[in-house]
Amino acid sequence: MKFFLEPLTLLTFFPLVGVLVLLFLPSDKKNLLRWTALVTSLVTFGISLWVLSMFNASNPDLQLATRYPWITVAGWNIEYHMAVDGLSILLVLLTTFLTPISILSTWAAVEERVKDFMLFFLLLEVGMTGVFLAQDLFLFYIFWEFTLVPMYFLIGIWGGPRRIYAALKFFLYTMAGSILMLLAILWLGIQQGSFSVPELIEMGGIPADIQLWLFLAFAAAFAIKVPMWPLHSWLPDAHVEAPTAGSVILAGVLLKMGTYGFIRFNLPLFPEAAIQAAPWMALLAVIGIIYGAAVSYAQQDAKKLVAYSSVSHLGFVMLGLFAMNPQGIQGGILQMVNHGLSTGALFLLVGMIYEQTHTRDLKVYGGLWKITPVFGSLMLIVALSSMGLPGLNGFVGEFTILLGAWGAGMDGGVLGSVLFAGFAAAGVIMAAVYILYMFQKMFLGPEGSIVEEVKKHGHALRDLNAREIITMVPLLVFIFWIGLYPKPFFALMAPAVDKLVVILQAAMH
Amino acid sequence: MHLSETVNTGFFFLAPWIIFAPVVGLLVNIIFGGWFLKRSWGEAAVGTVASLASGIAFAVSALLAWSLSAAHGEVVVVPFAEWIHIGSLQLDWTFRVDTLSVTMMLAVSGVGTLIHIYAIGYMHEDVRFKKDEKRYQRFFVFMNLFITMMMLLVSSDSYLMLFVGWEGVGLCSFLLIGFWYDMDTLGRPSWANSNAANKAFIANRIGDFGFLIAGFIMFWAFGSFQFDEVFTQVGAIAPGIITAITLFMLVGVTGKSAQIPLYVWLPDAMAGPTPVSALIHAATMVTAGVYLVTRSAPLYSTVPAAQYVVALTGALTALFAATIAVGQYDIKKVLAYSTISQLGFMVAAVGMGAYVAGMFHLVTHAFFKALLFLSAGSVILGLERGHHHLSHHEGHQGHEGSHHEEVRRTEPVEVFDPGDMRNMGGLRKTMPVTFWLYVFGTLALAGIFPFAGFWSKDEILLDASLHYPDIYWILTLAAFLTAFYMGRQIWMVFFGEPRHEAAAHAEESKPIITIPLMVLAALALLGGGLNLPGAHTLGHWLEHTLGEIEVPEFSLMVAGVSTALALAAIGISWLVYGRNPLKAEQKDPLKKPLGFLFTGMENKWWVDEGYKWLILDNYVRLSKFLAEVIDWRFWHDWFHEKIIAGTYNWLSNIALNKYADQQGIDAFANGLGEWTKEVSASLRRVQNGFVRSYALSVLLGVVLILGYLLLK
Amino acid sequence: MVPEIYYITLSAILFTMGALGVLARRNALIIFMSVELMLNAANLAFVSFANTFQQLDGQIIVFFVIAVAAAEVAVGLALIVAIFRSKHSIDVDQMSNLKG
Repeated sequence: MKFFLEPLTLLTFFPLVGVLVLLFLPSDKKNLLRWTALVTSLVTFGISLWVLSMFNASNPDLQLATRYPWITVAGWNIEYHMAVDGLSILLVLLTTFLTPISILSTWAAVEERVKDFMLFFLLLEVGMTGVFLAQDLFLFYIFWEFTLVPMYFLIGIWGGPRRIYAALKFFLYTMAGSILMLLAILWLGIQQGSFSVPELIEMGGIPADIQLWLFLAFAAAFAIKVPMWPLHSWLPDAHVEAPTAGSVILAGVLLKMGTYGFIRFNLPLFPEAAIQAAPWMALLAVIGIIYGAAVSYAQQDAKKLVAYSSVSHLGFVMLGLFAMNPQGIQGGILQMVNHGLSTGALFLLVGMIYEQTHTRDLKVYGGLWKITPVFGSLMLIVALSSMGLPGLNGFVGEFTILLGAWGAGMDGGVLGSVLFAGFAAAGVIMAAVYILYMFQKMFLGPEGSIVEEVKKHGHALRDLNAREIITMVPLLVFIFWIGLYPKPFFALMAPAVDKLVVILQAAMH
Repeated sequence: MHLSETVNTGFFFLAPWIIFAPVVGLLVNIIFGGWFLKRSWGEAAVGTVASLASGIAFAVSALLAWSLSAAHGEVVVVPFAEWIHIGSLQLDWTFRVDTLSVTMMLAVSGVGTLIHIYAIGYMHEDVRFKKDEKRYQRFFVFMNLFITMMMLLVSSDSYLMLFVGWEGVGLCSFLLIGFWYDMDTLGRPSWANSNAANKAFIANRIGDFGFLIAGFIMFWAFGSFQFDEVFTQVGAIAPGIITAITLFMLVGVTGKSAQIPLYVWLPDAMAGPTPVSALIHAATMVTAGVYLVTRSAPLYSTVPAAQYVVALTGALTALFAATIAVGQYDIKKVLAYSTISQLGFMVAAVGMGAYVAGMFHLVTHAFFKALLFLSAGSVILGLERGHHHLSHHEGHQGHEGSHHEEVRRTEPVEVFDPGDMRNMGGLRKTMPVTFWLYVFGTLALAGIFPFAGFWSKDEILLDASLHYPDIYWILTLAAFLTAFYMGRQIWMVFFGEPRHEAAAHAEESKPIITIPLMVLAALALLGGGLNLPGAHTLGHWLEHTLGEIEVPEFSLMVAGVSTALALAAIGISWLVYGRNPLKAEQKDPLKKPLGFLFTGMENKWWVDEGYKWLILDNYVRLSKFLAEVIDWRFWHDWFHEKIIAGTYNWLSNIALNKYADQQGIDAFANGLGEWTKEVSASLRRVQNGFVRSYALSVLLGVVLILGYLLLK
Repeated sequence: MVPEIYYITLSAILFTMGALGVLARRNALIIFMSVELMLNAANLAFVSFANTFQQLDGQIIVFFVIAVAAAEVAVGLALIVAIFRSKHSIDVDQMSNLKG
């Protein structure tokens, strides 16, 4: 019993309680099922706040650890080792924060097989939280792969017309990368004699040439997940086909697992290789920023536009991480949160209008701000946050990333050229272009044909209802909070990032 | 942060309220505005709240100015909260109260408050003409947001906080240009206004890109964004780096202050309601670039090459925009290009190092350009009233019952443009108050003694004549053109005979509209008193911030030349437009003598078309190509489907199935099955069902095993 | 003291009789009794060897065997009764339904 009451174990596996309850509920009592899932996820969020209250922000090390030997056959030393530090605390909170919001967004959207949906959603939360908390490579791998299964079903069952294709593609792409990671994990576990991440970091001493291979093997898994250009081909399919809540979680949390992987494993475990690879990773990141932004602008499907914008945004995160200075990495982590909030909110809003119109084709929209003023205003704020308007959250992240990348591009930095930051900053202009384009096509201009189209089906377009506003408000609070007063967020991660920077700097000399 | 001790005397602790007052105003209007508007006094309430908010900001600014002068102009820094602290990056929300920022605060909130009051009346009519009365509330929310952002911009203590305001005002500009987002300037359903809004935002973003790069270089060179910390280190930094910073900053200035090459957004920005054009796109926001250069004076002063580039950019813009203004017919477009041109004067001034002259012109320009825009708004409203009156009148004459049908059907046929000067004429008689206000503004803008524009423009020209003769000549030519196009406008709008029925029936505006204008007119007349030669009040005031500034002697020569040229220009404009007033449908009399030149001016030298052809179209093409061909057809469909999935399928289907599978694996599997069958057929005889024979085999087995064990 | 070879010999004889009975007889009851005989032959061998080596293990095993044998008798007899009820015969050669 004590095992289950340890904070991180409780946090990770609490949604299983909800799963258990759901199993025994009749599947036709839809609202009961929804409430059960919502309450479960809210309690989980509460537990994560409890964890936060116990978290000591000034301590750079792993905290609240739970550690038991698990698989010890054949000299292997696999442990059940969960712990949290400044690199992961925000992402854990993001996960537990976005899950209830996503569940709330499915209230009217998911009518079929509600029970199964909620089951998978809660299982997904277990996997995601586990990924961010696991400190044992093997345990991490299990959680990592475990998240695939519920997501596969979420896309494959409740998705759009091409859902099977998209789900399979999502699954196979991610699997293909993870297999390389598994090999690298096994190599580390056998050669270094430990699967424990902190121990491996402490040990160090992996020869440089092998480091590079291991780095690439891990990077393969993470880069597909991020997704870094040019491995992003699965993303638009998955996003377009996924149900709204799935898209929110996919963009908000699952993609962050990739960037988190880089910062938790690639940078500290293989610092020499990471420094060697930094300019190349930055190059891919910058190409992703520009390419994603340009491609977004050409989309006619609102969801696809947002999906490609993720490629661009995540490029910023990667650029920040591989700048390898405090500004870049802290900005990168904050930008992971920011992207989760603002892209999550964008997907929610697109989903809310889709529920009414059943189309995402930008050509038929237009002039909706007049009919749905609250909706338009919320969309505007979220769009501005996404394009990095100062005073909102996106700016704080992007600015610190670019500042870090510029510094890393100067003499003595890892990137070797300020052009990376320069081109990435040009991506900020392009972000304005596609975001404003979307906002204009939906909310400005003359009334689009969709208004008449919806009227033909007997009900006029309505503004957001109370539930939808409640869904959005928490996101908006954080959008403003991080934009105006990001200090508490930076304070959570600063010591841990400094520790990581010290490791990287030691490897540089 | 060595200056952060708050002075106990004075009202400096109030500094954050220049931001909070408008924030409170906008929140009140967001929350209660809808409720207000359902009442008969709703519009007045919404407008009053917003004007009060702006007014409080002005009052606080005035208190700050008073405190500052009591403190002998010493800089006071009011820390408020921490913002971003990462490693060496230390950013705070901190207000800086010095003579420069207070001057800007007073100009912004002062003019802003007057325009808020004006807008109460203006928007009351505008929302009715455009048939969406609910948007009244939104307008004042945006206006207060703008005051907030602008105050943030001018009161910041670091480049980054300034950047927050810098982009914030860009956002408000976007929102207000696109205020009538579902129509064009004539009220027809269209994408035009929202396109103009997007254009403004994106052009500004291109400028902001330059600002950002300047910021990056600055941080890694100086280790800070805080003004004092940057300026005190200037001597220790290589001039090359400072040149780079200042030039990238200039990119930002060209975006925000509408200079070549990014000025194109400002004329389109006239899509916004007139108070917006006056406040944002003439008086305050667009001067942010001038403020930025002035603020960065210690940086610019060390790199003359960059200064020259700035000055030249400004001067060329001044001239270029003035030529375009000559060829425009829209009353607000003329003023828009005039604004670009005047901003060019200011940028040239601060580029030459004449910061006081630039700031002086900034302030006077805020007065008279706001006056001009608002008077133009009054003219437009007057014409709209006339037109409304007219169509209403005709409607009654026609079929009584189908009145609305009639109007709706006729609207697309005859589109009346109340802003087109070719529809005006003779308004002197119908709108006398507006006429005189407009004349005041024109004289100030043209630089006629003793109006404010005379003194401020003269100081710029004086400085140029002393240090940069080439720039002096460019600016003088621009000043000449300024007087000319303003004269042209006066003659076309107010003199001659009405060229349209609506102009004949135009009505004068109400006092709520004209009274703020009178205040502005007084300021346009007397604003020169701020910095008269000899006294140099503004100069000495700003010296506390900018340091010792060289004050050139007043030169009768320069003043005489510019006044003479201005008078000459007005005279020529009378010859062309005043003596023989334009008739309806008549072509511009300059078209013939100037030929191609005038066509160029009329068409804005095809710059918009050029940008579209060169940049926009190519970007659209590129993104379409990347999205459809590269990303989708090549990468998604071809590479993924054909290569990855295809190869896999090919391997599994064709290769394995036909050859390896059927003859290899299949044969093996089938063979194994056959063999198993045969063997088991022979073995089944063993299973005979007789228990005893089973027992025998058990026994035999036991014997065999035992035998083996024994004999082993 | 009887030499243990006697016991072993007796055990072998009993076992052989039991084995032959199982193989030669067709009556299920007789086969059953023969099996018991074999079990007890084995028991005898256990006890005698336990005595010889002065170890208790063998005797303990015998107790187990006796217990199992008792259970076996119960189940086996029940089966035989059940078979007799359906087939009216306990001839094992007639019970060949499962032949291959």
